[in-house]
Amino acid sequence: MTALSRTPAATHLRPDQVDLSVQLGPLRLHNPILTASGCFASGQEIDRFFDVSALGAVVVKSLTLEPRLGLSTPRMAETPSGMLNAIGLQNPGIDRWMEEDLPWLRQHGVPTIASIAGRSVAEYRVLGERLRGVEGIVAIEANISCPNVEDRDIVFSCREASTRDAIHAVTRVSTVPVFAKLTPDVTDIAAIAEAARAAGAAGVSVINTLLGMAIDVETMRPRLAAVTGGLSGPAIKPVAIRAVHQIHRAMPDLPIIGMGGARTVEDVVEFVLAGATAVAVGTATFTNPLATSELVDDLPRWLAARGLPSLSRLRGAVRL
Amino acid sequence: MTRGSGPSVQGRGKGPVRALCEVLAYRKIGAYHSLTFVAPEMADRARPGHFVSIRVEGSGTLLRRPFSIFSVSRHGPWAGTVEVVFDVVGPGTAWLANRAKHDSVDLVGPLGRAFPLPQQPVSCLLVGGGYGAAPLLYLAQQLRQRSLRVDMIMGAATQERIFNAIEAKRLSATTIFTTEDGTLGTQGRVTDVMDKVMDAGGTGVVYACGPMPMLAEVSRLSAERKVPVQVAVEEAMACGVGVCWTCVVPYRYRGEVHNLRACVDGPVFNGARILWDEVGELHGAGAPPDAELLS
Repeated sequence: MTALSRTPAATHLRPDQVDLSVQLGPLRLHNPILTASGCFASGQEIDRFFDVSALGAVVVKSLTLEPRLGLSTPRMAETPSGMLNAIGLQNPGIDRWMEEDLPWLRQHGVPTIASIAGRSVAEYRVLGERLRGVEGIVAIEANISCPNVEDRDIVFSCREASTRDAIHAVTRVSTVPVFAKLTPDVTDIAAIAEAARAAGAAGVSVINTLLGMAIDVETMRPRLAAVTGGLSGPAIKPVAIRAVHQIHRAMPDLPIIGMGGARTVEDVVEFVLAGATAVAVGTATFTNPLATSELVDDLPRWLAARGLPSLSRLRGAVRL
Repeated sequence: MTRGSGPSVQGRGKGPVRALCEVLAYRKIGAYHSLTFVAPEMADRARPGHFVSIRVEGSGTLLRRPFSIFSVSRHGPWAGTVEVVFDVVGPGTAWLANRAKHDSVDLVGPLGRAFPLPQQPVSCLLVGGGYGAAPLLYLAQQLRQRSLRVDMIMGAATQERIFNAIEAKRLSATTIFTTEDGTLGTQGRVTDVMDKVMDAGGTGVVYACGPMPMLAEVSRLSAERKVPVQVAVEEAMACGVGVCWTCVVPYRYRGEVHNLRACVDGPVFNGARILWDEVGELHGAGAPPDAELLS
């Protein structure tokens, strides 16, 4: 395959002739643009700006078994081309969420991926059980990589064995495909992804935020109340592209949801060239609440201008 | 960067919109800066206490900056404008202070929950710290339109940081200024004179905007007298639209504590219900939040 920029547009395409739908493992999505968990709440806030059912899927903010108040403020610090956050998984708990937020998503026809976060393997199993056969949820994303937990030992995706245990606890009870959300803060992310797959994961979501820290030099204190936090935004995109690439090279048929600093159509294409099938947008929504909507609109134009009838033929097509 | 090729105003029939807005005017107000934008949809939907978030540029900046709306005009040749006031405290606000007439700036708004207006004909006390006075002047106009008595206490570290003293005097029955260095009005803090003003004015409701420690004290003094108090808080926010959960305020409601988002549940809250001792930057482990990202 020749480089895209040098390919003469063999056939002129109109944007409406581009097929944006993607096959993400067992899931058929009408386009590849997803929301990154924790960056879109449960959809209603952004629905004030555009119809969020137009997205490929909404991945909701992580749900825990019990309600969580989260951490103290400041929870956020802006860093060069990125931001640190330490929210501490604030959420109403899975039961209240299913009562209060899920009905809205269902009524509005929003393909919903439920993100779940447990403190133990047993909790992952219970969370998976709570979601069994629940209408409106098309997949589960098991967040086994939140950096803002009191105990680094429960960052399950730091190790292969704990990844396998946590993911297996969900896949053995789940009635929908399970994606494992992984941290980039490991030596060999492909090995972790392989452990998730062995435990029955339909695919992986990469990457969660990187653990970071910033210090105010005047006060000599950390800029986050929690001291450390997760780094996101354009600053981490090269790390994310690398992680997607490594996993795709190791397991070319494993579905990957790519994320980490994606903002523009070119970023989305870059994730796909590295091996992602779908791309989740996180911090970009903070800068522009319409970021995901604009990507859904702009992606077919970008592809049509290059004579490409779909995005899927670019998957993993990086020329090495 | 690929730019969204949609229309220059994006949003739905009601609620906030995102728009590329032309700068109609830049001016200095004392130590502060003011920008007026042509933004008809936002002007139509704005009320006192609402804010807009502005996309800034400058080295490494990523996030929007939130600014209270200072004034709104719904009429005239530009069909609708909104004005914000700010202080230069970082690269984003420095960039903003360099905007000139006809420049185009990316705004989202109006955002947040506005000040609730009194249902009864009560006497209103407005307490502002620094340029936190800006949204209170907008509020004072609306209270005056309802023929309500308005008293004001405006405080700052020093005279030049008192925001728009002339406008404050014009809009209120009595105006007390306090400065920590005594260069204008009473030397001290706004809360030093609150009791006296509330006695004299028969205050039935208190509205406040300014630094969090000031709001804590204003809320305490009001609650002691069982006077309703509405405060517009400042908390560092990343998104301004309710999805990042960074700007939370600990709030007691129906016997439970909730971390409510300043951007959608506030920035205006019942000050008597905020758990001031739990507010992060008052006593937390962290440094004060980014001044630029404060609501």
